[in-house]
Amino acid sequence: MMLLEVKDLVVEVEGKRVLNGVNLAIREGETHVLLGPNGAGKSTLFLTILGFPKYDVVEGSILFNGEDITDLTTTERVQKGLGVSFQNPPAIRGVSVRDLLKFESKQDPDEELNPRMQELAKKLKFNDEFLDRDVNRGFSGGEVKRSEILQLLAQGPLFTMFDEPDSGVDIENVELLAGELNVLLDKDKKPGQRKKAGLLITHLGYILNFVKADKAHVLMHGVIACSGDPDEILEDIRKEGFNGCVGCAECNS
Amino acid sequence: MDVLVVRNVTHDAQKAKDKKAALGTDIVIENFTKEEVNAFDVLDDINDVDKKTKRTLLRVGVDTESDERSGSFLQMDQSNVFSHSISDSIELMNTQMALEKYSWLKDYMWNAVKPDADKYTAQTALREAEEEFCSGYFIRSLPGTKEVFPVQACMFIADQDVMQTAHNIIIAEENSELHLITGCATGEDVSSALHVGVSEMYLKPGAKITFTMVHNWAEQVEVRPRTGIVQEKDTTYINNYILTSPVRSIQSYPTTNCNGENARALFQSIQSGVKDSIIDVGSRALLNAPNTSAEIISRAVANDESKIFSRGHLSGNVPNVKGHLECHGLVLDDDSSIYAVPELEANAANLEMSHEAAVGQIDEEEIYYLTSRGLTEEEAASMIVRGFLSMDITGLPDELAAETQRMIDMSLDGM
Repeated sequence: MMLLEVKDLVVEVEGKRVLNGVNLAIREGETHVLLGPNGAGKSTLFLTILGFPKYDVVEGSILFNGEDITDLTTTERVQKGLGVSFQNPPAIRGVSVRDLLKFESKQDPDEELNPRMQELAKKLKFNDEFLDRDVNRGFSGGEVKRSEILQLLAQGPLFTMFDEPDSGVDIENVELLAGELNVLLDKDKKPGQRKKAGLLITHLGYILNFVKADKAHVLMHGVIACSGDPDEILEDIRKEGFNGCVGCAECNS
Repeated sequence: MDVLVVRNVTHDAQKAKDKKAALGTDIVIENFTKEEVNAFDVLDDINDVDKKTKRTLLRVGVDTESDERSGSFLQMDQSNVFSHSISDSIELMNTQMALEKYSWLKDYMWNAVKPDADKYTAQTALREAEEEFCSGYFIRSLPGTKEVFPVQACMFIADQDVMQTAHNIIIAEENSELHLITGCATGEDVSSALHVGVSEMYLKPGAKITFTMVHNWAEQVEVRPRTGIVQEKDTTYINNYILTSPVRSIQSYPTTNCNGENARALFQSIQSGVKDSIIDVGSRALLNAPNTSAEIISRAVANDESKIFSRGHLSGNVPNVKGHLECHGLVLDDDSSIYAVPELEANAANLEMSHEAAVGQIDEEEIYYLTSRGLTEEEAASMIVRGFLSMDITGLPDELAAETQRMIDMSLDGM
């Protein structure tokens, strides 16, 4: 069953064309990787799928679980099961991680944080005091990433997009984080039983040592230049950089 | 000598009885009526107030049933209906009674607030002279005492178009600690009224006062509090002010005089403007002795055609003093406004003063971030505004800190 389909997506940001006809199809149980140089439009694709207002869909459509969600608000998409971990989320004064976790796990704000979330917080190395801090305010790079993953675990989305989940994370914590990414991607279940899916942006591909991806895509100049086996594509990029993808991007645009 | 002082107060007040205040819209005092000082019967127990009033009082932090209070005072219009302290450390009575009991109290009257400051102080002074009665409360913590539970005092307006005046004197004797919760509110049937509260606070060496005030007025009430504080050496004064409900207009500028070495002052205020309210609230600290310091922190949110003037003034008048002013504001719609006026004044070399002011709208990135976690835009905006206003009030004992947090939460829930 196809979980997310992006069809001929053309997107403008403040009048400037960033995506030029992107096609992508991700089945339930699958994890895809999105690669590409800076400025290729990876984050734009994420935020368009998420439905942020300033990403203007000029052509094409986004289907989730077979339903056209192109015109839905971000809130509606998230309620249907979309989730994202941001690379540099904003700090919000006076809004604590705990407040958000309660909302995301559909808990009464006046009640104590449920035991499952408390357990998960501990697992991600957050103590009680940390949960009362203003979200993302003064957080280290690693704390930001772990807090994003913790919030996603509270939300439990069907389809999760991860924007550079391992950047700024200490080597010893990458594995810890990857463990929870695998939970969000149903990797802890047998292949036939996996319902969840995801899309991962990564620069270095280090996290892929711990999170097994089914397919990789290279985004260049606003189109998918090539798709294929993650190991092979990464190997090529490591050798030649994204230069080798330029030709393919031209053919595909 | 005493006679001369009284005569001077009346004389000064007489000259200033029509003097417009430096700030705030001018109010025609004559449009309001003066209630008598015994219009309401005295209550045997503060818990004898009716249910509705009880709820109203609770919203401004005045809990008629709590045993975590060291004393309670309630003034309805001009009548002192209840006044009782259960603490051996604290004296509490109406100001008139205190004046009759203590001949020395005269020396504290009109010292921290001048009778000729403007027409509101002047008319309060003249009313006292004319009626030969001084409304308001007298609270005094005895030397060396530290009562952890707060005294609660409430100014309640029960009748339409009343001009309520009060003259409050608070004295923290040497090395004592005094915590106060003062709530101001109006009865359900009142839409319009005028409140003028003169408050003078005196901190003797080593004393500490925390003064937490919650306002919840009716929509057409005019409010003109006049507050002056005198701090001797090694004292700490903490002022917290919370206003989240509509009011017609409020203008106040509590001022502390740090006259003794090592005196320290902290002003924290949370203001949310709604329904055409005009809120003009400032905090001022005059650092007049070495090693004194002051901090002024405010958060203001203007919405619903309201207008907020957020003022702060730090004046360093001798070397080796320190002050910081922080003012953050959010304007939520195009018909509202915030005017932040942070003032720093240095009248000596070798002192340290700074300010930080930022006024703007809600950051869209923050809204989007929260929508990506499933909140609607409205829910996101409300969460951000609440977060912005729910600053950590510092400097209170644990019991009172928790209580104050509850008061803030309750005020924000009512928004």
